[in-house]
Amino acid sequence: MSDPARPTSTAAETPRKSASTEAVVPRPSTENVHRRRRAHRKHRGVGMIWSALAWIVGLGFFFPVLWMVLTAFKHEREAYTDPPTLLFTPTLDQFQAVLGSGMGLTLLNSAFATAVSTACVLALGIPAAFALSLRPVKRTQDVLFFFISTKMLPIVAVIIPLYVIVNEIGMLDNIWALIVLYTAMNLPIAIWMMRSFFLEVPPELLEAASMDGASLATAVRRVILPLVSPGIAATALICVIFSWNEFFFAVNLTAVRAQTAPVSLVGFITGEGLFWARLSAASTLAALPVVIAGWIAQNKLVRGLSFGAIK
Amino acid sequence: MAEIAYKSASCIYEGTDTPAVDRLTLEIEDGEFVVLVGPSGSGKSTALRMLAGLEDIDEGTITINGTDMVGVPSKDRDIAMVFQNYALYPNMTVAENMGFALKMRGLAKDERRRKVERAAQLLDLTEMLDRKPAKLSGGQRQRVAMGRAIVREPQVFCMDEPLSNLDAKLRVQTRTQIAALQRRLGATTVYVTHDQVEAMTMGDRVAVLKDGLLQQFATPTELYDSPVNAFVAGFIGSPAMNLVSAPVTSEGVKLGGTTLPLERDQLAELHEHGLTSATVGLRPEQLEVAHPGEGVDVRIDLVEELGSDSYVHAHLTADDTGEPATLVARSHSRTPGRLGETIAFRKSHGPVHVFHPETGQRLAA
Ligand SMILES: Nc1ncnc2c1ncn2[C@@H]1O[C@H](COP(=O)(O)OP(=O)(O)OP(=O)(O)O)[C@@H](O)[C@H]1O
Ligand SMILES: [Mg+2]
Repeated sequence: MSDPARPTSTAAETPRKSASTEAVVPRPSTENVHRRRRAHRKHRGVGMIWSALAWIVGLGFFFPVLWMVLTAFKHEREAYTDPPTLLFTPTLDQFQAVLGSGMGLTLLNSAFATAVSTACVLALGIPAAFALSLRPVKRTQDVLFFFISTKMLPIVAVIIPLYVIVNEIGMLDNIWALIVLYTAMNLPIAIWMMRSFFLEVPPELLEAASMDGASLATAVRRVILPLVSPGIAATALICVIFSWNEFFFAVNLTAVRAQTAPVSLVGFITGEGLFWARLSAASTLAALPVVIAGWIAQNKLVRGLSFGAIK
Repeated sequence: MAEIAYKSASCIYEGTDTPAVDRLTLEIEDGEFVVLVGPSGSGKSTALRMLAGLEDIDEGTITINGTDMVGVPSKDRDIAMVFQNYALYPNMTVAENMGFALKMRGLAKDERRRKVERAAQLLDLTEMLDRKPAKLSGGQRQRVAMGRAIVREPQVFCMDEPLSNLDAKLRVQTRTQIAALQRRLGATTVYVTHDQVEAMTMGDRVAVLKDGLLQQFATPTELYDSPVNAFVAGFIGSPAMNLVSAPVTSEGVKLGGTTLPLERDQLAELHEHGLTSATVGLRPEQLEVAHPGEGVDVRIDLVEELGSDSYVHAHLTADDTGEPATLVARSHSRTPGRLGETIAFRKSHGPVHVFHPETGQRLAA
């Protein structure tokens, strides 16, 4: 009564004990062996059910994407058949049509806005994250809160003032307006993310480098950056995804010259639900760069962070 | 080759009122091995980091070879530091770790390689030169950290608890290795530890710190034989010195039912200060186990057997002060007595240490 934990602990110990005696006894009773084998089989069965479930859910998520990519290679008439055509001769017609209709420019616009804004975010964010982690400054918490607070206002609430400002300075339909906005939009998240990676770097490494005669810049370049590069890659990937897929600013602030891919995609949606193959090709083109970026970043991401620095 | 002098050097961390290191004054000779020791939070690391340039010197100054170090960045001080967690560069191999400082100094590649290989040989790291730190054991990492310091042939070595991550056996082994290496290289070394055994065995001189204040700076034997105050007396030595508050009589102090005689000058000083009680200190090895009545009667609380000898923890049976004082004696017998048994402790040799009951200062030599 005094110790409710005791019965549980003995119960937990019993099977282990019997297992060890079994190992010593030369001829285990056949009944026991059967029971164990059955238990094993049951265990494996449960595992298989789980992996089957995982596959089903995974395929469920992946199927629409696969369908989109397949449809992109079909002729329009094959895209509508019921039951769906699974065997068809792939064609690049749709891609040609999409690029011919001016999506090429929007893809370039998107790529430019994404690349430049991500570069700006890293150029501004890395020093900020460094200052807010390894070189804590006064009011670190306040500064961090300020950064994240800029994300609290819904974008819809700021689009009108933004539109007015951008219009006043004559930057409507200008890709640089989007670059500034994308940089501002991603910077807080990037700083928060990179700061968490920087915090995992033992501060002694910087001290050791400075004792070894390295200037701060050298210490950061030679010692800190190689360690946090997986974190920076992850951050860059997030920035790339966010700016590449950004729609709201682009649709409101650009028209023809600076139009981005997500906005141009909308142009392929027809009210009558026609031209599925062409829409699929456009969507595939729009999705491809992000997938490639993710694939490139992956090699960096899986590498361990700062293991081995200490202890 | 360097002489180091702390001159009333203080460090006050931002947001704190009391200095972490308070007007520290130390003169360290060229080639000396000085150990900073003290309980946790006593400011040892801070004092070391002030020398290394990792912490500001807020008041006073520190000089190396007479040159004022205030405002000199650590990279220009020619000091090598071994960190408690080693702080090896994880993205570099052992050889790159050790050669980093040489590279920063602009040494040619083959020259660098030669120096690194020589240091690696000294530390038995030759086979590991191309490995990354993550693939090394704790002891090997510790040696790499040492290696990174010695390839530079710096003026000063700073070490902050470099052995605390090693297991007990490796620690003892490495302790002697570091001491021998330092003698051989002859570089002035400041070594921080909270382990008083390390302090006693490694240091030419030991500085005992408490709450940022220097208590005593002396050779290990001097610290052991004549601690300047009750804190140092209790801190140095293991097990700690027995410190008991006892009433003063005309010939000595009363301990239990008996009188512990004191030296003439100790008594004179007690009377001079008009003290009716004093803190007396006896090391465990100054007490021997005797039959009841042959000394101070005590009852055994605990016997710690160490193989060669044993430590007897006991409390006074006839204590006049109410709260029974406990004493520890070192006994050469393995069976000095049973738990709860009444025996006696008798002073065997050496002088009794007497300290002021309030200030803790040592009275008479
Ligand atoms: N960065 C800091 N900011 C504020 N106070 C600090 C800082 N670092 C240390 N302190 C304080 O300064 C005092 C001395 O710290 P220090 O690290 O020098 O102690 P120590 O003797 O090395 O202790 P330990 O044996 O635990 O390493 C402590 O009271 C500590 O709380
Ligand atoms: Mg410390």
